[in-house]
Formats: sequence, structure tokens, C-alpha cells
Amino acid sequence: MTDGLRISSSLQKRMMVTLIAGAAILAIILFFIVRGYAAKIAQDGQDNILGASVSSILDAAVIRDGTVEVDFPYASFSMLDTDLDDRVFYAIYQDGELISGYENLPQLSQVRGTQSVFQTLQFEDNQVRIASATRTLIGARDRTEVSVSIAQTQDALSRTLNRISRNVAAFGAGFFALVALLSYWATATTIKPLMRLASSVEKRGPQDLSPFQKEVPAEMVPLVSSLNTLMGRLDQSLTQSEDFIAEAAHRVRTPLATVRSYAEATLQRVSKKENRAALRSMVRAIDESSRAASQLLDHAMITFRADHLQKERIDLVDLVQELAVRLAPIAEMKDVEFNLQNDPSVEIHGDLILIQNAIRNLIDNALKYSPNEAAINIAIRSSPRPYVEICDQGPGFPPDDMANLTKRFTRGKNADGTIGSGLGLTIAKDVATAHDGALELSNHPKGGACVILSF
Amino acid sequence: MRYFIVLVLVLFTVTANAQDWEDRKVFANAPTVQKLRILSSTDTSFFEPIIDSYLNDNPDTEIEYLVTGTAAIDDIFRTTPKDFDIVVSSAMDLQLKLVNDGYATRVDGADHPSWAKWRQSLFAFTLEPAAIVINKAAFAGLKVPKTRQELIQILRAQPEQFRGKLGTYDVRQSGLGYLFATQDARASETYWRLMEVMGSLGTRLYCCSGDMIDDLERGDILVAYNVLGSYADARAQNGEKIEVILPSDFPTTMMRTALVSKSAPNADAAKNFILHLIRSQSGDQGDGANLLPPVVLNPGQQTITLEPALMTYLDKLKRQTFVKEWERAIIQ
Amino acid sequence: MKYLLVEDNQELANAICSRMKLDGHVIDHADKIQDAIAYAETGEYDLVLLDIMLPDGDGRSFLKHQRDQEKDTPIIVLTARSQVSDRISILDLGADDYVTKPFDHAELQARCRAVLRRKAGATQPVLQFGDVAFNQLAGQLTVKGEVINLRNRELRLFELLLNARGQIFSKQKLVDRLFSYDEDVSENAVEVYIGRLRKHLEDTSLNITTHRGLGYRLDND
Repeated sequence: MTDGLRISSSLQKRMMVTLIAGAAILAIILFFIVRGYAAKIAQDGQDNILGASVSSILDAAVIRDGTVEVDFPYASFSMLDTDLDDRVFYAIYQDGELISGYENLPQLSQVRGTQSVFQTLQFEDNQVRIASATRTLIGARDRTEVSVSIAQTQDALSRTLNRISRNVAAFGAGFFALVALLSYWATATTIKPLMRLASSVEKRGPQDLSPFQKEVPAEMVPLVSSLNTLMGRLDQSLTQSEDFIAEAAHRVRTPLATVRSYAEATLQRVSKKENRAALRSMVRAIDESSRAASQLLDHAMITFRADHLQKERIDLVDLVQELAVRLAPIAEMKDVEFNLQNDPSVEIHGDLILIQNAIRNLIDNALKYSPNEAAINIAIRSSPRPYVEICDQGPGFPPDDMANLTKRFTRGKNADGTIGSGLGLTIAKDVATAHDGALELSNHPKGGACVILSF
Repeated sequence: MRYFIVLVLVLFTVTANAQDWEDRKVFANAPTVQKLRILSSTDTSFFEPIIDSYLNDNPDTEIEYLVTGTAAIDDIFRTTPKDFDIVVSSAMDLQLKLVNDGYATRVDGADHPSWAKWRQSLFAFTLEPAAIVINKAAFAGLKVPKTRQELIQILRAQPEQFRGKLGTYDVRQSGLGYLFATQDARASETYWRLMEVMGSLGTRLYCCSGDMIDDLERGDILVAYNVLGSYADARAQNGEKIEVILPSDFPTTMMRTALVSKSAPNADAAKNFILHLIRSQSGDQGDGANLLPPVVLNPGQQTITLEPALMTYLDKLKRQTFVKEWERAIIQ
Repeated sequence: MKYLLVEDNQELANAICSRMKLDGHVIDHADKIQDAIAYAETGEYDLVLLDIMLPDGDGRSFLKHQRDQEKDTPIIVLTARSQVSDRISILDLGADDYVTKPFDHAELQARCRAVLRRKAGATQPVLQFGDVAFNQLAGQLTVKGEVINLRNRELRLFELLLNARGQIFSKQKLVDRLFSYDEDVSENAVEVYIGRLRKHLEDTSLNITTHRGLGYRLDND
């Protein structure tokens, strides 16, 4: 059914790709935000300790006898102890001159008050975080500025950050996996109504052009309503074309019937041989064209229905008996008898209209080729497979041509003089094929054609 | 003072190996292909078993063992770090600062508790308390002091008996003495009262535990405060003239530490030696060959922590303040 | 028999009517549904022949009207549509049979007869000619108490001769009436059926005579 459709990638796949790509981007953004936030918190933690350490040293600074003493507590450095034993550098300046500590430690320029200023920089091949603050001491004679810088390496901090990064990465991956799973579920759920609609369209019979009444999601309303509109139009145009065909048939067939009736009536009044022959050919031509038209329509209908079999339980015995009654008046005209031999009931599963049509065509054929006052033997049996066998007592099939008889518009060589389009056997054969059955042609040893339609 | 020492050292190194070492010994099972120079404050006799066992396993190595004071070690090593592979010292603060200042290299693969190492570069290998050591004869009939407070009481009660007969580290000379002093001061005000009492009675100042114990045995002094317990124990077992007291009010316990120089000429062998040192001092072996106490912490026992705070009293200003105060107390 | 033909094509209606009359039936003709309903209400018909496409509607509505009125007059539909589905819907609406246009008149007659026979059941009209009783629908002759089932062609030949007693039918005319146009039969084929009828009617008041060069005639003595 997808022949000739241009197929782009599936909706479900597209939705999933979009959702998963979104999830991936979200996970990555989440990773960077959380890590950045964690890094900031960790850095704040280090800064707090460095700041506290700086303050505790500054607090210890006093001027005694005109000199600055900085008797800072043990805790000033003790608080800087970390799991990874980070290195600590410090420097104490008086009015910008180093009075203690590491002389090559960079001095921060923007230090103003007792509030620590922080900066990350390189010192002795290490990245260090440096905190710096300053305090004015007022002595007896003058005032002096004492500033303190403390720097610490960031081994513990970066290990913490790495650990956080790993955790956040794992969390992000978990989040991603969960979202991927959810998006699979969500797309499957979302796509389900569409699948349901598709399968309900597929399950419909060929004649069912009624609108869809089932509930559909809001997003599918435009699709379904245009589908309904399309089917409405299709239904209307089918009805119109059926009406047109009916009208056309009526317009053509009624005058033909008139002509035929007149020809028949006229035939009974003329006796000249040539005139009679002409009238007979006329009647025959009319019959032939009418029959051909019928069979062509039947054949078209069969070809169409073969794709959408409307199968039901059929009792072949009932079906054949009814057909026999229906065809009896025609058989009687030639004093032909139907001999039915059948099992009590032969049930098959098939399309009633097609099978009726096929068997009717076969019996029609048998009637046509039957001589007067002959019998047509019809057997309906259920084993080995359900089958209907129709044998006439006519001339039989031409033995060298049997394989071709079921082909379209082929008539037996001996069919001259018999009215027919050559579609009868084709129709039966097509119906058999549509039901995985077979149509076998043979000639009866005592004369006559036999056809077996089996299912 | 310090500048002077540096100048002297520079002069000494220029004149080759004429350095004034307390001891210098070369260990080798000839012939050797590589050489380790160990700069140490630990007496050779205490360290020898460790070197011997190392050389047994690594006969291709020659070890030159150089002994000097803790303060001198710091100065010498900071001046010529390329001349030495390993630095061993009992001055934890100086050792830690060497590491902090980037003089040491990491030694991986050491299975060592985290409290006994710093930055995977400084490794403690002994656990040694500071002790009060007394001349047993002098205390005959007296109550043996168990705490600093009791010592103060005895000194105050019998000032004449102990006048001029007390000894302790000169914190200005000895790095270990300074460490013990600052840690005592940090722990309790009792330290300062003891120093004042000792100062009022006239106290002799020493560079090293060995000298103090010598004088104690001879009876030149009757009480030595903050002597290295391990050294004293060794003598106490031999002479029976002295008694080692670990003060029960607050113990000050030091760890001897070792590091590999960042610019060690023979870094791989040095690291191997450190690993060997840690293994043999881990206390697992218990072969009794070692003279130094293993680095094993008994329950409830505390040591001076290896942490950046050790650098506090190394600060120039702090040191000035502390030394000034100490001098005021002990030199009267 | 009395027939009602509902057919809007005048020409075809004429042809059918003349042919039916020829066969000895009475036939009325309506050309729209309205008229047909009027006819059906006034007269009692044995059979209705109904065209499907009529100017004032679908013939099926007449069919439905008749069945709703519970009139069981048999109806044969004349349809231009040959498709199976159409045929089935016609039968479902209550038609008794149908013929597809254009049709063989003989077939129409055969279907009429079959329908009438089905509907009539046991009470079938019997014509009496002296010692011969004739049940037209059943195709049975009763001669001296003996029942003879006539074959179809014998029956049709007998009807033909009986309906125009005393009139001579040429062989050719009989062939035209008895055989369909796709059967190539010689005029002598008629002699077989004449022979059989004569045998059935032996020693009765009905007598088929041969008029050399002219044909056959049924006489009722």
C-alpha cells in the first residue's frame, strides 16, 4: 500500500530524536549550571576560610612601643588545613613593605579595607586563591597600614569539584537516560491514536465510506475531518458515477431492447432467407454486446473486490440450488435439466457475491454449450477440498487449447455461433485465485466439458 | 644571626666537605653504582639499623649520612637543596615549611596513615614524646613529679637544691626545642610559669638532647625539661642514674619526619629509601632491631599535628615575640 | 393471463404488448409509477412487468409500495443494470425475478411462466377440451385420466397451436417461436415436437393436421 508514497522519516522517530536531543542539551546545560553553582559554593567556602584567616591575623596586629606586632593565633593557619594538605602562603605588609611571610607573594592592588578581596592567580607553578585585607593601626605618634595576604593552593577544591563533576555527570546521564525512556514511551503513546486511525481505515470494507465517529485527539481533528470530507466527496462521486452508469445503461439498453423486440417481431413476418439471416444476426449482435457489457462490468467488479474480499460463511449447496432455480427458466427453454448431486452441506469462507458470480458464469456457459434436452450435472462436495463440478453434454473444450481458455477474451474455437464475450471462465478463474482456490477444466470421457471450481 | 650562619655555611660548602658536621658516616657494601646523601638530625646510632637493612636489600647503593642540628639542617638544605637526596629532622615545623615552600617531591605508593604524612611528601616515621628527665639520686626522698605543676611545686619548695642545676633546650638554637616550647606554650600557661620558675633558679640552655642527658648523668644538672624521650630511654636502660617522666598533664609528642628533595640527584633511590623507612617503622615488623619508636598511635594519644598551622611560630614576627617573651622568662 | 406492463419507453412497451397479445395474454400498459399504482389498485393482474427507471421515480418505489400494501401479485423487473449487486437489491425488495434488457422474449415468457407457476401453487387453472384437460402453468395434459408432463418446447408448441386453433402455422414461424436465435436449427426440427404432441393427443378431440407446403393446424373436433 505504500507504493508510490514519498516517505519521510517516521513521526515517532522524529519526535524521539527531538525529545532526546532536547534532553541531551538539557542534561549538558544542567551539568554546567550545577557544576558552576557547586564550583561557586566550593570557592565561596574556601574564600570564607581564607577571609577568616586574614581577619584573625589582622586582628592580632597591634602597635607596641611604636613597632607593629602581629601575634596571630595558631588557628589562623590551623583553619586552612585540608584533606589534601593544600599549601599555604602568606605575607604581612606594613605600609606596603613586607614585614613577614613570603616576599614574592603578589600583592593585590585593589585592597581597601578589612573586607577581604579574593583573586585566583598563579604562584610557584600552582593555581592559588589569594585573600587580602588591610587595616589601619593608630599609634601614639602616627598611623600605619597593615595588610595581610593569604594564599592557598586548590588541590582539595579541585578534587571536590572533580567529584561534584563526576556526580553531576552521572546525574545528568541518568536524567538523560530517564528522559530518553520517557520520550520513547511518550511518543509511542502519542502515536497510538494515529496508528489506531490508520488500522481502522485499513480494516474498513471497500464500500464503507462513512465518516469516522470515534474520538480522536484534538491535534488529529483537522486530519480526520479532512479525511471525512474526502470520503464524503468520494462517496458522493461514487454515487454520482453509479447513477451515471445506471442512467447510461438504461438509455442504451432500453432502445436495444426495443430494437430487439422489433427485430424478433419482424422476423416472424419475413420469409426471405437473406432478410431472415440479417435479422437473426442483428438480434445476436444485440445479445452479444449486452452480455459483453455485463461481463466486463462483472469482471471489473471482481478485480476490484479481489483486493478487499468480504468474507463470510457460505453454504455452496444453498448457493448452487438457488442459482439453479434462478436459471431454470432459461434451461427449460432448451429442455435442459440440472442434476444436482451434493453433500448435505458444503461450507466455505468466501466472498458471496464473487462466488455467486463465478458459479453463475460457469452454469451459463454450460447452458450455452448444452444440446437440447440434455442434462447438466452439478456436483457439490466437501472433500478433498470444497468444490463445485459442472459438466455439460456439449462438444467439450478443444483439447489443444485448454490452457488458454481462462485468459481474458479467449473463446473456444468451437464457440462460433454461441454468444459470449469470453470472460466467463476468466471471471471464475479470478474468483478462484482470489480465494486461493483453483479452476480445472477437463473433458468428460463420454463427451462434454467439465469444470471444477475448488476452494 | 641567621645571616651569619648562612654566610658561614656558604663559605663552608665552597671549601668542599669541610662542613662542621656533628657526625658523618658513609655506609657502603662495595662496589656501588649510586649514592644517597641523607641530611639528618637523628643520631647515627639510632638510624644505623634502618640504613643497614636498606643496604642489605640494595647492595649497589652507598649512603652518606650527615648529622647536624635541626635549625642548621633547614639552613643548609634551603641553600643547597641539590646536594641532598633525603632530609630527616625532628623539627616538624621546619620540615612542613620545606614541603610547603616546594622543596620536597611526592612519594607515591606509601601505605601510611593520613595523620602521619603531609602532601604525600612529608612522612613521619617515629612517635616521640617530650620528657622530663631527672637525676634519680637528687630526688631521693622527694616525690617524683608526674606533671609540670608538680615540678613547679618541687622547684619552688626546694629552690636552693635546684638552683643552677636545671636544663632545657635553647629555643633560639634548637629547632626541636623551639617546636616543643611553642607547642607547650600553645597548650597551657603552665609552660610560662615553669619557665619563669626555671629562669629564677638559673637554667642551663642546650643545643641538643644528648648534651643534656650527658650533664644529667654526670649530675651537673638534676632536671632536664623537654628532652627527647627516646634518647633518654636509651640512656636510662644503660645507666640507671636517670629517670624519664612523661608528664601526664599534657603530653607533647613529636614525630620525626623525612622528605625527598625535589632536586634530589638520586630521586628514585631516595623514594625507595623513604618507602623502606616507612615500612620498617610501621610497627608491623617488631624485629626489635630498630632503636627508634615506631609510628604507632596508642588510643587517646595525640601528636603535634602535621598542618599548615605549624608555620605559625616560624613567622618572623611571631618568633621575635615568642623568643622575646621566652628570654624574658628564662634569662633573668 | 392479465399482465400489467410499467415501462416509459413507448416503443419497447408497444413491442412487448404486441408480443404478449400474440401469445394470447391481456396486457395493460402504464408509463409512470403513478399510473401503475392506479392500474394496480383497480384491476386484478396476474403479473406485473416493471421497468426500474421511470420518469417520476425509481421503479423500486412501486415495488415497495406493492409489498407494503401486502399485494402479492408477482413482479418481474425489467432492468438495464446487470450488476450482481443491483440484481440482489431488486430481489431483496420483493421482486420475484428480473430480466436484463435487452431480453429474449422467449426468456421473458419462460420467467413469467416460472413465476406464475411458483405463485399459483395447488390451485392452477385447468382448460378442458373434450377429453383433454390442460394445466398451462404446470405444463400437464390429462388425457383419459392419464397425466402427461409436457417438455418445455412441446408445451410452448401446444400453447401456440391451442391459442390459435384452426390457424395454420408455417414451420418457419414455429422455429422462430420455439428456438432461440443462437441455435442454428433446421425447420425439420419442428417435426420432432409435432410428432410428440400428436402421440400425446392420439384418440382425443384435439388433432394436429399437416397442410403440405403450408404448415400445421390444431383442430378441436
